[in-house]
Amino acid sequence: MNGAKVELRGLRRNFSGTTALDGLDLTIEPGELIALLGPSGCGKTTALRCVAGFEQPDEGAVLIDGADITRVPANRRDAGMVFQSYSLFPNLSIRDNVAFGLRVRKVAAAKRHARAQELLELIGLPQIGERYPHQLSGGQQQRVALARALALEPRVLLLDEPLSALDAKVRVTLREEIRRLQLSLGITTIFVTHDQEEALSMADRVAVLRAGRLEQVADPATLYDRPATAFVAEFVGTMNRIPGKLSGRTVTVLGQDLPVEGDVPATSDVEVLVRPETVIVTPDPSSEAMILVSSFRGSTSRLRVQLGDLEMLADVPGHDTVRLAPGTRVRVELVERPVLVSASSDVAAAVPVSEHDVV
Amino acid sequence: MAALTPAGPMAPVTPPAIAAGPGGRAGRPRRIRVWRGVVLLVAAVYFLVPLIASFTFTVKDASKGFTLDAYGQILSAEGFGKSLLLSLGLGVATIVVVLLLTLPAMLAVRLSVPKLKPVLEILCTLPLVVPPITFVAGITTILQWGPDHLADTPFFQTIIAAQNPDFPVVLVLAYVILALPFVYRALDAGLGALDARTLVEAARNLGASWPHLLFRVIVPNLRSALASASFLTLALVLGEFTIASLLHYQTFPVWIYTISGSQAQVSVAVSVFSLLITWLLLLVLSSAGARQRSGS
Repeated sequence: MNGAKVELRGLRRNFSGTTALDGLDLTIEPGELIALLGPSGCGKTTALRCVAGFEQPDEGAVLIDGADITRVPANRRDAGMVFQSYSLFPNLSIRDNVAFGLRVRKVAAAKRHARAQELLELIGLPQIGERYPHQLSGGQQQRVALARALALEPRVLLLDEPLSALDAKVRVTLREEIRRLQLSLGITTIFVTHDQEEALSMADRVAVLRAGRLEQVADPATLYDRPATAFVAEFVGTMNRIPGKLSGRTVTVLGQDLPVEGDVPATSDVEVLVRPETVIVTPDPSSEAMILVSSFRGSTSRLRVQLGDLEMLADVPGHDTVRLAPGTRVRVELVERPVLVSASSDVAAAVPVSEHDVV
Repeated sequence: MAALTPAGPMAPVTPPAIAAGPGGRAGRPRRIRVWRGVVLLVAAVYFLVPLIASFTFTVKDASKGFTLDAYGQILSAEGFGKSLLLSLGLGVATIVVVLLLTLPAMLAVRLSVPKLKPVLEILCTLPLVVPPITFVAGITTILQWGPDHLADTPFFQTIIAAQNPDFPVVLVLAYVILALPFVYRALDAGLGALDARTLVEAARNLGASWPHLLFRVIVPNLRSALASASFLTLALVLGEFTIASLLHYQTFPVWIYTISGSQAQVSVAVSVFSLLITWLLLLVLSSAGARQRSGS
């Protein structure tokens, strides 16, 4: 079972006035797991459905291994899909569900039952073949759906937020399992998600979409450390925007001089993009900065710190929570490392516009 | 494993009864049981009294006291078998046509043009507000107008054949329209309980063609809805009098009415008999629906 190369070329799709896809170009290498990440309505699911054949792009083409499949009906495509909602056929046993695709292809009963059993062993549920979908937990149903999608040995696997209906613990184990399977089978996989942690932890590359366009596609570490645009910076993880003064390739921010990384804007009034975990907070009664809120998250604590008319977020180790209680006066510094800057926006506050909580 | 799970709509009744069984628990369960009995009693009186009264009427005889003669006469009565078979045949034909018409249409609307759903709903509910008498008047007009204007066209034979008294297709067409509201409701509820879109897409993704997924995925999961739609349609056809009578076809209800003029006892006996037949059919269909649920 080898992965195919998938190419999306200038995909455009309109839904009565709203643009779901606005010229999306993306190439997915054979055997790669790519995550399509973005807020709801960014077109990530539409893109996936174009590959599956449930959606026809108004313009553009979908190519698999160089062959244009844009007009091929969904039931003739070589792509297995796992859906967001539970999609097992309620009237069929688990074994018949897994073997459904083989049955459509008129594979002999003994052969398809053997193959179904093989797949159930692959997903670690060898004993449930005789059961029915309503007797399984949500996590088990999604695993079976995965086995069913793999039964026909497709060369492309499409995952449409398959974990979003599950609870947090199951989600983490299942995503590790999906990744393990995907790597061992070497199947090209497109994974749609709105959960940045899921995307960063599973994918070889993450494609961030916004309003039907590609914002950035990069491996998770690059995406997190060197976001290409302010949108990516704020969508993936959390960013503080702190006003600074630019001179040459250094920026003065909070009394520190830090080297600038990436593009340098024309103006000298800039905003410095800083991750909460690169903000160092130490108690200091003489300082003017004060902790407003502290939310404990186990291994870390997220602090909301007020500095003049500026509010910023800082992540500190969980064991520091006691000495960094709300109301404590603190000194704020940044870790000495190159930072990203962007031209000053009109937003006065440094607090990120959208704070995406990590589950 | 599957056989152990509670089956169908009747299942929930049994486990609590066992739980509250001999020796029972005090308080709530007992009070609930009492109320259950009261409700059952009221319903039983409401349904059984007319039935028993009819039955008594058919078996009473001035000279002999008790006789089942009336029931014996049913089978020998002229036209009984013929009219019953005609009504059953019309019922089956109506079920087939109405399901073939509505199921694909409703599925298509649900999957690709959800905006049209209210339109379809209004269209299907419309027959409820049209009085049958208006309906008949319309049909009669068409049937009279048709032969005059179609005399020289191939449609002439069609319109004549549709009125064949041995199997009046025109009645099937009329009953299809009358059954639309009930069939629509039953199927809409069934489709609503099913995530049809996801199931269809999952089946398509696994290579199923449209007919394959319709008969192997949608129909099996809609069995109980299809069964109740079929039953409602059959009950409607077996009981419909106005249209058949005014168009002069000898369907079962029309025959009962005809015979009641001459043999009152026999006609009531036939009614009791037909009620039993209908119940029997209901049982068969609902158990078919229940079996499907216990199987899944």
